Amino acid sequence: MTTSTSTPTTTKNRFGFLKDLDPQIIRLVVILAALLLFFMITRGGAFVRVSTWQAMGVAFPEFGLMALGVMLTMITGGIDLSSVGIANMTAIASATVMLSMAPAGATPGQQATAMVVGILISIGLGTLAGAFNGFLVAKVKIPAILVTLGTLELFTGIAIVMTAGKPLSGLPMIFSETLGGKVMKIPMQLIIFVIVAVIIGVILSRTSFGAKLYMLGSNATAAKFSGLNSGSLLIRTYALSGMCAGVAGLVMMANYNSAKADYGSTYTLLTVLIVVLGGVSPLGGSGKLIGVVLAITVLQILQSGLNMFPQVSNFYLPLIWGATLLLAISIPNITATLRKLTKKD
Amino acid sequence: MTLINKMVRSNEFYLFLVIVVICVIIQIRSGQFFTPNNLVDLANAMVVPGLFGVGAYLVIVSGGIDVSFPALASLAVYAVTRVLVDSDFQGPWIVPFLLIVVLGAVLGAFNGLFTSRIAIPTLIITLGTANVFSGIMQGALSSVQISQLPPSMEAFGRASLFTATNPKSGLTSAMPVSFLLLVAVVAIAFLVMRYTMFGRGIFALGGDESSAVRAGFKVRRIKFWLYVLVGVIAAIGGFVRTTSMGQMHPTNLLGSEMLVIAAVVLGGAAITGGTGSLTGVMLGTLLIVIVQNSMILLGIPTFWQRAALGILIIVGTGISAVQITRRRRRQRLVAE
Repeated sequence: MTTSTSTPTTTKNRFGFLKDLDPQIIRLVVILAALLLFFMITRGGAFVRVSTWQAMGVAFPEFGLMALGVMLTMITGGIDLSSVGIANMTAIASATVMLSMAPAGATPGQQATAMVVGILISIGLGTLAGAFNGFLVAKVKIPAILVTLGTLELFTGIAIVMTAGKPLSGLPMIFSETLGGKVMKIPMQLIIFVIVAVIIGVILSRTSFGAKLYMLGSNATAAKFSGLNSGSLLIRTYALSGMCAGVAGLVMMANYNSAKADYGSTYTLLTVLIVVLGGVSPLGGSGKLIGVVLAITVLQILQSGLNMFPQVSNFYLPLIWGATLLLAISIPNITATLRKLTKKD
Repeated sequence: MTLINKMVRSNEFYLFLVIVVICVIIQIRSGQFFTPNNLVDLANAMVVPGLFGVGAYLVIVSGGIDVSFPALASLAVYAVTRVLVDSDFQGPWIVPFLLIVVLGAVLGAFNGLFTSRIAIPTLIITLGTANVFSGIMQGALSSVQISQLPPSMEAFGRASLFTATNPKSGLTSAMPVSFLLLVAVVAIAFLVMRYTMFGRGIFALGGDESSAVRAGFKVRRIKFWLYVLVGVIAAIGGFVRTTSMGQMHPTNLLGSEMLVIAAVVLGGAAITGGTGSLTGVMLGTLLIVIVQNSMILLGIPTFWQRAALGILIIVGTGISAVQITRRRRRQRLVAE
């Protein structure tokens, strides 16, 4: 009994600077450090190699970008399950246009124009698709879960119809060389992710739009009475999430060097898992970018690290993700119960 | 309000009209809709989504959303079938049926444990458990297709009540015995929802959780047993699907959750909980089954299915959302 009550006070005295930090973020940093240590000890050389880290930098931006969008919607108290659908649909639209503008044997000039147009289409169409989600959430007032479940089906369906379910390949060389290339050994995908994350971080912490997102999420009624135009705010939030998904579509296209309707179909859960694990409350109103970025890093390192153990099959990943999600949402509950128990003593 | 007046204002009535109109259109275009074998085919196709629909309906009425039932059903059926096939089981089908149901209840209790203890949208909880279930199946049990079921299970899948024949083409379709399972589950769910305190509790919970607590409902207990019940129903759905296919395909059911939720919502159950009827669920399921079936009859390529499903969900939920908003506005006017 004495230990359980005295430990927090000593921690407070010795690590007083820690008390301003989010406990979820501290927890993530600890998990991250433990994972790094574990894989470094067990897999040593292979884990510290530059190529391992480059591979991670190529892999995670796909779902990381989607997760950034989902985070924004969850801060408002909603959710976006349609990111994967948007990413595939926009990638297919953009690939279709690029293929028609720069067929095999096109000049570098044609290829470059096609690439620019393709990128603009992906981002623009993603924003539009997101705005459509936002319209249904804000104006028709359908719960966000259902809207985005429906549009996940719809966008994936459109992608299937456009391609009859087949992959689109033969993209202009310059596209995969640019988006899939490396700048000073740093993968382009990682650079894109960092740019988008910084933009979103600035939006969340430095603009009135960001402040309003938190207001709306913590108390929609209060936000309404303080004169917040929640309709346009929600539409812009979902549009932003759609834009992130559009960029993720571009990254997927560069990674697979093709576009297909069912790429990344396991990412729907993964994005929700990342955002919840990152400390964003599913009820809205709280959450920080840094937490989400840490959660993305933790999951990617977990996946890459496990891949180095051939005896652990890839099929275990959903089990690990699901268990991590359940654990992440149970921890606040468990700690609350423990606190209650210790108080009783 | 007279009975007819009440009926005309209900969501189910309009859904019924839509179904009639679609049926007539398909009949005119293909001339094949009202043939006995097509009707039996539709009834056959309704069994599994109908069973899942009852489970999804119970959860949605309670104010939650469950996306884990296909994974739950697959895991329960796979684990039991695997063990029975490996031990060369020769007994009656009721044994695997009961084993699958028990395992479904256990997995449902796992869902129930989380949903009754943690105040977080059930979508997120069940997304987690769905992955745990499919991860156990595909990772720990390293599932592969089981092509040869125990003989009694196969016999159950082949057993039919009667056979319908198309007079023109001579095509025959058998009405499976499992249709009776659907009828039984719907009847039991109906009785539970209408005549038991547990059923009332589910409605109360979906209407307003804190009011339900104050009204004296044991909310946690209701939630827990609700998910156990849903696990049982899902497991029955998995059993029917596996026996009717004559083989166990571990990933066959995965991904069907959206379709089922769409059917329930189309049937008029408010996603915010508290309202909805089993009639609506059955009509919603029928509508989706007809749309899927008729794409083949009308010669529309099947890759339109997902897009059509998405549009159905958005339009269907949109209509019900608009109705709720209107009702609230009307209530507010009355209150003023």
